[in-house]
Amino acid sequence: MNNFTVEATELTRLYGGREAVSNVSFTLSKGQVLGFLGPNGAGKSTTMKMLTGNLAPSNGSVKICGIDMMESPKEAKALIGYLPEMRPLYKELTVDEYLTIAARLHRVSSGSIKKAVEVAKERCGLGHMSKRLIENLSNGYQQRVGIAQAIIHNPMVVILDEPTVGLDPIQIRDIRALIREVGAERSVIISTHILPEVEMVCDHVQIIDKGKLVFNGAIDVLKKHRIGNKLLIGMHNAPSADEMLKIAGVTEAENVSAGLMRVRFADDTAPAESIVQTAVKNGWGLYQIAPDQTSLEDVFVQLTYQEQPVAEQPAA
Amino acid sequence: MIINVARKELKSMFASPMGWVILSLLMFSFGTYYLNGVNDYFAVMSGAMRPAERTGVTQFVGQMVYGFASFMVLFAVPLLSMRLISEERRSQTLPFLFSAPISLTEIVMGKFLGLVAFLSILVVFIALMLSTLNIWADIDFGFIIANSIGLLLMIASFSALGLYFSSMTQQPVIAAILTFIALFALMFLDRFFAGDPSNMLASLSLTRHFQSFSGGLIDSGDIAYFLLFIITFLTLTVRRLDADRLRG
Repeated sequence: MNNFTVEATELTRLYGGREAVSNVSFTLSKGQVLGFLGPNGAGKSTTMKMLTGNLAPSNGSVKICGIDMMESPKEAKALIGYLPEMRPLYKELTVDEYLTIAARLHRVSSGSIKKAVEVAKERCGLGHMSKRLIENLSNGYQQRVGIAQAIIHNPMVVILDEPTVGLDPIQIRDIRALIREVGAERSVIISTHILPEVEMVCDHVQIIDKGKLVFNGAIDVLKKHRIGNKLLIGMHNAPSADEMLKIAGVTEAENVSAGLMRVRFADDTAPAESIVQTAVKNGWGLYQIAPDQTSLEDVFVQLTYQEQPVAEQPAA
Repeated sequence: MIINVARKELKSMFASPMGWVILSLLMFSFGTYYLNGVNDYFAVMSGAMRPAERTGVTQFVGQMVYGFASFMVLFAVPLLSMRLISEERRSQTLPFLFSAPISLTEIVMGKFLGLVAFLSILVVFIALMLSTLNIWADIDFGFIIANSIGLLLMIASFSALGLYFSSMTQQPVIAAILTFIALFALMFLDRFFAGDPSNMLASLSLTRHFQSFSGGLIDSGDIAYFLLFIITFLTLTVRRLDADRLRG
């Protein structure tokens, strides 16, 4: 027995012959937070709908904690908490009424419904909104109610489709903390197109583009993609690239613009110190030295706009 | 689980003024008919000399009230059933139900039972209202029971049809109009075949099957007709919702 909480195998969904999602396979274990990244219309929401049993896949299967979504949907759905892109809120009800209904429908035993509602409200910071009509809540608070209904039955897998849309920065911070907290003991899948968010919250990243998985791996791999072994050095009397290459560890040097030089170095070396020493000795007029980061956006663009095969990378 | 969905529907129904307004207006009109019925009873009976012309007060007043009620629910049910699924479709709340551990059949049954439970308040109130005649007369409770069962079955059939039309569209108003037209046609189908009462189509009419109940007769054939009608439309609704999941 493996202990995967989510197992998706070759998920494919056709919309009138066009493949919205094709051959997406992945697994998720307990205690992991998976980030789903992709441009608009890439198939993020469609994949999530299939994972939660809202949409039947044209091909492939979904297993939640080993239970097949097609064969025993009720048992599988009981293990999932799902917040769709459009919040499914009954606006004519109050927060308490709505959460009670959510708890009841998700098989929370009648004795512990009250407690479950209280806990969910507390976790999402809704304590003082209990008696308010959902209709009258602000966008951000409505989003919190949506998240509260997804975690109310303490599910094994929490699936949130763009959970931080429409929240202010402080609320976003709270929600991210909540996602990490839930992710520590359960599995969480979130979709987003805010890239730094993925880096902050997720252990695993999947980048999906035009229905295909273009990247699937640990966040560290993506970070390495991003940070790389590069230094950006600014000098008033910049030497030629050849001179820079003489320093131990430097493998590549190129002039970016007047006085700025980008230097690549080999793994497991840290040439920064020797570069500084050499610069001082030779009077290059060093005024800046910093690791050169490709922004996550650049990595994202690289991955989604160059036709690349699925890069299955081992978890680092 | 069915009960939980039904409770949710009832809660939504009572959370909006719509439910209360419809209930109170209907009760007001039924009350007026009851009052008129009692008044007319004395006027008519004082003119009826021969014993053969005399009818009991239960039948006289009851037939008036129940006849009117079966006509009024034709307007009330579409207004209440229209929102059941189409509104959820429009405000995109269906995933809330679809991703909960309940089957489509349970969702549909729950919504159906919620609406029928709401409308059965009317049936109970009418029965109670007519029972007050018992204070000064000796009334026929069998007649009231048969009529109540008939009215309840009629309401349930209307609701099943309304639920189906509600599942087909995103616009509650369209669902209401379609339901009304369909129900109207089914109610008055037997009028079109008045000259040929044995016609197959005439026996599809809902009014015809209500007639035996309104005479105080509980006919198992008519009960079977109503039950089949309800099951048919509930099944169609489940299939319609399943198509959402399959075709997206």
